[in-house]
Amino acid sequence: MSFDFSFFTSQMLQDYLLRGLLFSLQLTVVATLGGIVLGTLLALMRLSGNRLLSLPAAMYVNVMRSVPLVMVLLWFFLLVPFILGRSTGAELSAVVTFIAFEAAFFCEIMRSGIQGIPKAQMQAGSALGLDTWQNLRFIILPQAFRNMTPVLLTQVIILFQDTSLVYAIGAYDLLKGFEVAGKNFGRPVEAYVAAALTYFVICFALSSLVRYFQQRISFQR
Amino acid sequence: MTTDTNIIRLKNVCKSYGSFAVLSDCSVTVARGDVVVICGPSGSGKSTLIKTINGLEGISSGEIQVDGVPVHDSHSDLRALRSRVGMVFQHFELFPHLSVLDNLTLAQVHVKGRSEQDAVTRAEALLARVGLSDHRDKYPAALSGGQQQRVAIARALAMDPVVMLFDEPTSALDPEMVGEVLEVMMKLAQEGMTMLCVTHEMGFARRVADRVLFMDGGRIVEDCSSDAFFGDPSQRSPRAREFLDKVLGH
Repeated sequence: MSFDFSFFTSQMLQDYLLRGLLFSLQLTVVATLGGIVLGTLLALMRLSGNRLLSLPAAMYVNVMRSVPLVMVLLWFFLLVPFILGRSTGAELSAVVTFIAFEAAFFCEIMRSGIQGIPKAQMQAGSALGLDTWQNLRFIILPQAFRNMTPVLLTQVIILFQDTSLVYAIGAYDLLKGFEVAGKNFGRPVEAYVAAALTYFVICFALSSLVRYFQQRISFQR
Repeated sequence: MTTDTNIIRLKNVCKSYGSFAVLSDCSVTVARGDVVVICGPSGSGKSTLIKTINGLEGISSGEIQVDGVPVHDSHSDLRALRSRVGMVFQHFELFPHLSVLDNLTLAQVHVKGRSEQDAVTRAEALLARVGLSDHRDKYPAALSGGQQQRVAIARALAMDPVVMLFDEPTSALDPEMVGEVLEVMMKLAQEGMTMLCVTHEMGFARRVADRVLFMDGGRIVEDCSSDAFFGDPSQRSPRAREFLDKVLGH
């Protein structure tokens, strides 16, 4: 048996892969941004010292982190039409699920980031007259984000790899593009090899970025 | 604002964690323009006492009035008060992600509501005063400890405080940097700033302070003029004498 990659033409890339790649990247970016915003909120709730806020947040985070992503994807995809009375489509369903799921992981990253900032920094802000929100916005969160950048980026890499799980609900992502192309050209093995290479290149580039940030941060300390 | 000559009044201030009393029955008044040094062995409650004055530490009972504002009252606007009470910490607590200039302008803009330009003008004047004009665009990590503490003093002064609180401002510094910080503090005292300073620098206390408070076990054991404190040891409590013997050394 020999590999034959001749079906990889620019036309084929355009027809099968571009749409999938765009969706995978979109999903990664939107889930990252949404997950960080929601996760930071959850982290602040968990750290608030108010049980009415911290308990629900802790429950949410622990449930999400204990359930496989594929299951959350499936549940949401199957439950929403049941609740709303109409289907949202696999792509939108995937976006919402990923934000909700990743928020739990970003919450824990942000929580340890916030806890890593010495309490005296907050005291220094308070002593200048800053209120709690200003303290968070100007003093605590910028430092927490900076310290957590390598961990956040590592989570983004995992997130990008996890986007391939949307196959479970039939959304058209990068992997799906390779799969369909492989089937249509009768070359599934080559298609999956190319898929693996593509994921590798993207993830390797991202982890190089992480190493760069790590070095920059360790240099500053 | 009040016309009261006493800018700070502490009355029967107590603070305890469970059965452990950090502060017991501390009463003290500080007049405008006074320089008061608080000394005593570690764990005696000095830092806690100074942090109750701007409400960074809550109290269990008693009363604290600062510039007419009852700090112990939960309805008081502590935020407004804190913007008028400068605080300098042992470990500087500059904001490491902000440049020196931004450290000085942040609260001016967001608490005092000054324009960016006014804040920068004020910050530059203060940096010149503490001798650090050349460092305005650097980050705190690029400065020595002594320089960082001088920036921290300038940051507090940028809010035009009516009182300055110093919590062991020189104890985290290498010996050769203590002088530059004390010099800035001495100038400040000469200009008439009301200052409360927790410190082990007895030379500073002797030369600059009007009064010395000696604390032990959460109590203010001595409250007298610095001349009296360093003058006749026979007038001092045994605990204060023992402390003085140790810190002054022989």
